[in-house]
Order: sequence, then structure tokens, then C-alpha cells
Amino acid sequence: MSDSPLAQSLGDLITETRVFRDEVTLITTRERVVEVLTRLRDGEHFEVLTDLTAVDFHPAEPRFALVYLLTSLQRNMRVRIKCFLNGSERAAPTVSGVFASANWLEREVYDLFGIHFEGHPDLRRIVLPNDYVGHPLLKEVPVQVEEVSFTFNRRRIEAGKIFAGE
Amino acid sequence: MDSSTTPPIGAITTENAQLDVTLEQLKKLVSPRAFTGETMLLNMGPQHPSTHGVLRLLLELDGETVISCVPDIGFLHTGIEKTHEGKTYLKGVPLTDRTDYLAPMINNLAYCGAIEKLMGIEVPLRAQYIRVILAELTRMNSHLVWLGTHALDIGAMSMFLYCMREREDLLDVFELVSGARMMSSYFRPGGLWRDVPPAFFDLVKKVLDVFPARIIEYERLLKENPLWKERTIGVGVISKADALAFGMSGPSLRGSGVNYDVRKAFPYSSYDHFDFNVPLGSNGDVYDRYRCRLDEFPQSLRIIKQALDRLPEGPVMTDDRKIAPPPKHEIGTSMEALIHHFKLWTEGFSGPNADVYFAVESGKGEYGVYVHGDGGPKPRRLHFRAPSLCNLQALPRMAKGALIADLVGIVGSIDIVLGEVDR
Repeated sequence: MSDSPLAQSLGDLITETRVFRDEVTLITTRERVVEVLTRLRDGEHFEVLTDLTAVDFHPAEPRFALVYLLTSLQRNMRVRIKCFLNGSERAAPTVSGVFASANWLEREVYDLFGIHFEGHPDLRRIVLPNDYVGHPLLKEVPVQVEEVSFTFNRRRIEAGKIFAGE
Repeated sequence: MDSSTTPPIGAITTENAQLDVTLEQLKKLVSPRAFTGETMLLNMGPQHPSTHGVLRLLLELDGETVISCVPDIGFLHTGIEKTHEGKTYLKGVPLTDRTDYLAPMINNLAYCGAIEKLMGIEVPLRAQYIRVILAELTRMNSHLVWLGTHALDIGAMSMFLYCMREREDLLDVFELVSGARMMSSYFRPGGLWRDVPPAFFDLVKKVLDVFPARIIEYERLLKENPLWKERTIGVGVISKADALAFGMSGPSLRGSGVNYDVRKAFPYSSYDHFDFNVPLGSNGDVYDRYRCRLDEFPQSLRIIKQALDRLPEGPVMTDDRKIAPPPKHEIGTSMEALIHHFKLWTEGFSGPNADVYFAVESGKGEYGVYVHGDGGPKPRRLHFRAPSLCNLQALPRMAKGALIADLVGIVGSIDIVLGEVDR
């Protein structure tokens, strides 16, 4: 739990600094994430938002982590920003105004996790069809739906399949 | 419908708009002129051959000029990230081949690198060098397919045949080491599946001998070809600042003159042991992106030659028995090896409850794997940072004001693979 120079320059905006395998993660709150990213872009030369994704910690609370990965080409370093969301809120401010690349990445998070990005210019599903119900990367959605078939239950499973009887 | 309520021809109504977006959403995506019938909405893809897979573009056209372009992706979405959550770290390798299916070895490298970083294990130097050789061959493979299809799109038919011919030499190498031409899954967390067979060196040397002359041939066909230059110079321009804002990477970014290559900036797998240059463009047009990719061929050959000359002897798998499966001969004689074998193939090894990001330079750009462990043998979350997705996101900016015939060249020039965009 060392304090990086980056965290010091951001001061109160950062609640915690984590270092794991030489990767610095700065933890902030969801209200401050836009300000943190803007300050890192303008003051610390982090020109690129390389990645944006979410992690579901179900059933723990706070349930979601939004993960922003910034890269500085000038200083040749990376930093990860994280903010946590409770399962009941599922909304965060958009950062697409700070980095244009966040547009589709936020749409993907919205599509797969159901997290809303307030102020996003075009928040639609991106990889799933528009009439899809649910958000598949949530932990409530099972990875494997079909039961494993053995000799004792094979007949029952086969009979329930869509093309049964063909 | 009587004539007083008939909308102008080509105007959008709810009946003719099979657009998958509501009218409200569409208003934000295209100009108001589309609703008066002044401009035309045209659907391109997802079965269009020049979209390199199943990309659908919704185009707003004024004559032949593209006013706005709305990419629609997801036709190849297979839920690879979700599937990973149900696989142990070892079993996830074959899934990564199927993201960017033109560069499977580089995907393997990114995935294995992420798992190795998460577990904190070192890979033996011999394995690192062999990984570099194969990754560079894969990069050439990816660029060859790009060059062939991109030239085909613009109208240079013969390029495609030459590129496919050369690609066979590379696929032979992959087949020799892994048994599969395309879905190789040869890299494993901790090293390689097995050492390369002796014939590997002859095959790679053959590639090194044959390729320089072939690259000159490709250049002769296109580089100074007036038709090619006419179709590519000044087309699909994107500025340095825009390219960075959209998170572009790889040759598509370097065509705009930004010197960023993951191999140089954040070296992995001993890339810092080798001398090579990163070709840069300046104008950010289709021609500069083409130059950047073509100039990467000699650099890849340079890296392969150095790695081959300096290839150290030694093991190709880490000796950490908690991660690497024990050799077959030990299983018969050692109780401990048998237990490790059993544990690895039933339960797998457990990673820490923490996250890492590991990126490699694939043929398309920065291919990263973000993995968050949960303390058990399966990842809590595994996310691919797909370069094609970010590069594609900049397409509307490049396509704006272009002619529809040039759009085909622009899509080709950012070198997307839809398997990676949709995952």
C-alpha cells in the first residue's frame, strides 16, 4: 500500500492506492471519476484511455467495479483507475466527454452489465441484439445452462432439446 | 395511404426503417436531412465482402459522398469473456485463438502473459525467444491476409493470390509446432506445450530466405503504382490527436505519426533483447497505414533472425509444478508428480484475488488481457482489450466526407477482424 506520486498530485480525489505486480491502481468514487480522468489527461500526460471495463463481485457489496486503464505515451507508464458501485445504483457518469474512445467501451459495459452511463451521447446495446433481455456478464447468469449428460439422465436431456425427435 | 400523407421517396418512416434503432436514437446518429429525403440511408453489410467479416455500416449518403457512417457490430459475438469465467486458467487458452483468428499465437501470448503475471511466474528464456519467433511469424501472417484482402478491395486482384501463397509457408511452421494450421494453442501459461521439433529451424530459415525478395515484389506491385496511389493517398485521413482520442493503436495509429508500439514502450517476452525499428507514417491516410504495415515485414524478419541466432538452450516450461504439468516420465515414478498432474487437470491452479493487465502488440494494435482472479482456479472476470474495436470506433471520423468507393479502402486500411471486435 505505497503512495504513488500520482496519488499525491491528485490529493483528496483518490481514496486508496493499490500496487500489485508493479501495476498502480488508484481508487476513487464514482462522482469524482470524471474529474480524476480529466486531471490525469491534462496535467499528467495520460493521453489515451486504453481500456474500460467492469467487474462483478456478486454477492459482495459494493458489487461492481468500473475499471479505467490510462496510458501515457510521453511518460511511458500506465495507471488504472477504479470506482465501485453498489448493486442497487448501477449508474455512473460517462467519461466519453473526456476520452472519445470511452463511447463504445461504455456501451459494451452497458450492454453486458446493465450499468447506465449518465450523459452518454448514444447509449444503446452494442454487441447484443436490441431485443435481448438481460445482461449476460452479470454473475446471476450461469455460464453453463445445459446439464451435463450421463447415461442415467441422457434420455431426459435429449427429449428436452429443441430438435428432439428429428 | 393517400398521396397527401405519402413521405418523400427515400425518407425514413417507421415502416421502411429496418434499422434496429428507434427513431429517437436515429435522430442523434444521422443528419436531419435524412428525414426529409434529401440524403439517402444505405445499408452496407453485414454480408458485404469488403467489410472483412460481418460488419454492418449504416451510411447516410449525399450522392456518393458519405455524410455519416454508423457501424453496427455484434454479429460474431460469442460471449468469449463469459465462457472464460467457467474455464480454469489452463483451459482458457484455446478460446483466445478464436478472438483474432488471423493472429492466434499473439492472442495466446497475451493470455498466457496475463496469467503468468497474475501468478507471478517467470518463463524460461528459450520459451520467450520461441514465442517471439512465432509471434513475429503470426504478425506476418496477419499482415499478409490484410495486404491480400485490402488490395483486393481496392482492385489489385493478383496481390491476394501472392499473399495466400506466402501465407502457406507460415502456416506450415504453425502446423509443425502445434499440429494445427490456424487454431494453434501452442503457448501455455508457464511456457510452451513442448519444445520445437528440429525441422522447425529449417522451415523458419526457409521463410527468412524467401521473404525478402517477395516483399520487394509486393512493393513493386503497389508502392509506386499510380492507380494504387490515386486510391489511397489523402483518403481516410485521421489526425494524431483524433487517433489518440479514439484509442487507436498499432499500424493504424503509427500511420498518423504517433510512435507507440507496445513492444518498445512496455517490452514483454524479451522484446527488449532485439534490435528493430518501428515504421512511422506522417499523413494518417490509407497510404501511410499501408506503408507502415508493409515496412513491418522486414522488421519482423530482423527480429526472427536475431532470435534464431541467439536462441538459448534449456527448458521451455517453467519448473513451478503448481502451474506446469509434470513430464510424462515423472508421472510413472513420482508420487508427487502424479498428485500434481491430477490436481492440475481436475481442479487447476488457483490465482490470487487481484487483477492484472498484460498487453502485446498484435498485428492490429495493442491486444490486452485484463484478468481479475477470485482466489480460485477460474477468473472472476477476463476482458480482452481488442485493438480492432477501438480502431473501428474511429471509422466514422475517417469516413466522413469520403466517397463510398473509398470507404471500402478505409475499412480495409484499419485492418479489423470482426471475431475480435465482437468477441
